[in-house]
Amino acid sequence: MAATAAAAIATNRFGLGARPGELDVAAPDPCGWLLAQLRGPAPTLPGAADLESTATILSHAAKLRDDARRDGATGVVKGIGAYYRPLYTGEVEARFAAAVASERPFVERLVHFWANHFAVSVDKPAVLGVAGAYEREAIRPHVLGRFEDLLFAVERHPAMLLYLDNVQSAGPQSALARRASGARRRHDPGLNENLAREILELHTLGASGGYSQADVTSFARMLTGWSIGGGRGRLAEGAPGRFLFRANLHEPGAQQLLGKRYAEAGYEQGAAALRDLARHPATVDHLARKLARHFIADEPPDAAVAQIAAAYRRHDGALVPVYRALIESREAWAVPFAKYKMPSDYVHSAFRGLAIPAPGQRGGLVAYELLGQRTWSPGSPAGWPDRAADWDGASAVLQRIEWAEAVGNRLGDRRDATRAGPAMLGALLGASTAEALRRAASGAQAITLLLASPEFMRR
Amino acid sequence: MSTHIDRRQFLIAAASLPLATRVVFAQAQAAGDARFVFILLRGALDGLAAVPPCGDPAYAGLRRELAIPPPGAAGGALALDATFGLHPSLAFLHEAYRAGELLVAHAVATPYRERSHFDGQDVLEGGGVRPHDYASGWLNRALAALPARSAGSRAEAGIALGQNTPLTMRGPAAVASWSPSRLTALDDDTLARITDLYAADPVLSKRLADALDADEIAQHAGMDVAPRRGAGARYGETVRAAGSFLARDDGPQVAMFDTTGWDTHANEGGAQGPLATRLGALDQALRELKAALDARWSRTVIVLATEFGRTAATNGTRGTDHGTGAAAFVLGGAVEGGRVLADWPGLSGRALYEQRDVAPTLDLRALLKGLLHDHLRVPSKALDGEVFPGSGAVRPVAGLVRA
Repeated sequence: MAATAAAAIATNRFGLGARPGELDVAAPDPCGWLLAQLRGPAPTLPGAADLESTATILSHAAKLRDDARRDGATGVVKGIGAYYRPLYTGEVEARFAAAVASERPFVERLVHFWANHFAVSVDKPAVLGVAGAYEREAIRPHVLGRFEDLLFAVERHPAMLLYLDNVQSAGPQSALARRASGARRRHDPGLNENLAREILELHTLGASGGYSQADVTSFARMLTGWSIGGGRGRLAEGAPGRFLFRANLHEPGAQQLLGKRYAEAGYEQGAAALRDLARHPATVDHLARKLARHFIADEPPDAAVAQIAAAYRRHDGALVPVYRALIESREAWAVPFAKYKMPSDYVHSAFRGLAIPAPGQRGGLVAYELLGQRTWSPGSPAGWPDRAADWDGASAVLQRIEWAEAVGNRLGDRRDATRAGPAMLGALLGASTAEALRRAASGAQAITLLLASPEFMRR
Repeated sequence: MSTHIDRRQFLIAAASLPLATRVVFAQAQAAGDARFVFILLRGALDGLAAVPPCGDPAYAGLRRELAIPPPGAAGGALALDATFGLHPSLAFLHEAYRAGELLVAHAVATPYRERSHFDGQDVLEGGGVRPHDYASGWLNRALAALPARSAGSRAEAGIALGQNTPLTMRGPAAVASWSPSRLTALDDDTLARITDLYAADPVLSKRLADALDADEIAQHAGMDVAPRRGAGARYGETVRAAGSFLARDDGPQVAMFDTTGWDTHANEGGAQGPLATRLGALDQALRELKAALDARWSRTVIVLATEFGRTAATNGTRGTDHGTGAAAFVLGGAVEGGRVLADWPGLSGRALYEQRDVAPTLDLRALLKGLLHDHLRVPSKALDGEVFPGSGAVRPVAGLVRA
């Protein structure tokens, strides 16, 4: 394969689309260019200094709630929504800016990949204000670390505990439930299996991971008490927005998960199970397959999956060796354009390739929404789907073309697509597309054609 | 019976004819004007909230603060029969029920018995028995089993409303898709060049052609493509589009769209609250869909189904967890409605599936097979074979459609 073809795969499939000059930097050693990005800790999000932490956000939200309640106001939810919306927009724009400007785009893509693996969705109002902080605090610092640490950071993060309803989940024999049943309260506290189920099905073992409803229920019991501080009423203890193990919600006694007995140990009971899940063979296979699906092909080749899984086992879940196995698999480089870009990929690569100036305050969000992928809103804990069939519907293709034309019209003659095309796609730019760019009626039209081309639709 | 008979003459004649003759007539009638809409409620709609069994002695105790009060009480259910009511947010559905145009099915399930949304939806959409049995959907395969459309009709007999095509509608039959665009129309010359650019790319060229086709119809219908706002307008544009496509004589016979947000693990609410609001928006959308279908309503069947139901009891966070038996709705002018179709298992501890869920007593495929057969005239052999493979033992429910 020509050097620029391999570099085009490195920058587009593994990166977020080649910026001007990036292809030349990657061309001498595309693999090495990717591996170099994995050295050192993951970069913090540029602009993070201006963004609030989860603890601060949830403390402020608690204060809004308490003030409103004291004043007897009815608009509590509305007030918190008004506080959350600009936080969300600010987070999306900071993330967008980072994706467009990053010089370690492979790491940035990995942040997006893991955030989607451990998806929260802002269509649940409680998550809107903290989705960005969640990605910065729980995902980003761990993408170059160990899977187990990533898993713990996620399952202990307030955003996930709120999203999957574990904050108030109480064991039927917990101290709080027993007291409540005596007091005949209106809402008996009880078990919520949502988090336990999705950890097993989505975060670790996978849907075919061989667990039963009984496993879900007993794992949910082990996780009772995994909560956050500063709730209402009997959950007032602790600092708002910080993980808190609430012993009084915890179901006492030993539990069975996947045939193994976990003695009662408070927080440590669930933690021990989580550590075992991080090493379970089904988890390793699930993660390897998902990575290979994202980076190689919708139907990932078994050889590559096996290689990635082997690296995971050999290095006890350290992720950098896992990524190295992915990059070094022959299949990852064999077929150009094997992946149809998701809308967010499409937007990032267009902005990077054409060095499009920042489109205003909500520019990133508007683009994502127009193309059908509003950030952190997959609508379910499964995250955004990752196959072409999920994204290449007729109407979606047309919308992409319409967006390409809007970009073309905006840039006009300020970019030369006949130069940008080869700089973005190298030897992978097809002859007929190159010809169409040369013969375009205007600079704007050439840009539209480049962004609409079959080569640019894929990575 | 090839000569034209108007409806009045037919009624007079049919009244004096034996049943068999009427059936022959119904089958001879062109199925081409029949319309079918499938609305997938992703996330597992709580059937015990949407269609509360207020007359079941265990209901109020299991549901506690989530229980919908019985008909007649403040915020009470809208009465269906001695056992069941409709959620008070479903005013339009209740009108349809009283007009004999809504059939409510309860304790319904696909063959799937686990509790993963994604696998559950996969089984529902794929039409198989296990997750990931099929890479195509039952509704698409049903379309593929229909005879070729008459000249003058659009090539696609189905349309998916939304940016992408859900599994239900993927498969061998050509299907159009449409969703509102907030961008300006493309320049004709640029479009022609892109069409050229896609000539060697079978996927993209097909998608683009389909999209342009669908857009043309929408424009002819003079549809408003302003951005949507507010919960009440959540589905407005989609249903208006669906209605205007299906209302056309040469339009598609089948449309599908999906809705999300039914996964109510916490703070679900009862007669009022988050689920009530969402049900209200859906009810309003169905009212608009009927209006957009106009005269075609009388030949339309709309099915609303979800991947599974929710736990019979309220959970510890004032919501409900993933369950099994669910409710489904069959709506439209062509429906033999005004009744609840349920072999109700009851909510007593012993009657519950795995001591927690409404026990399923009706296979959703039986309902769908009955409708596809009697309304769209999908042949039985195809229903047992390609559409719901290996479902020969699942007998279609008869009599769901007005003869």
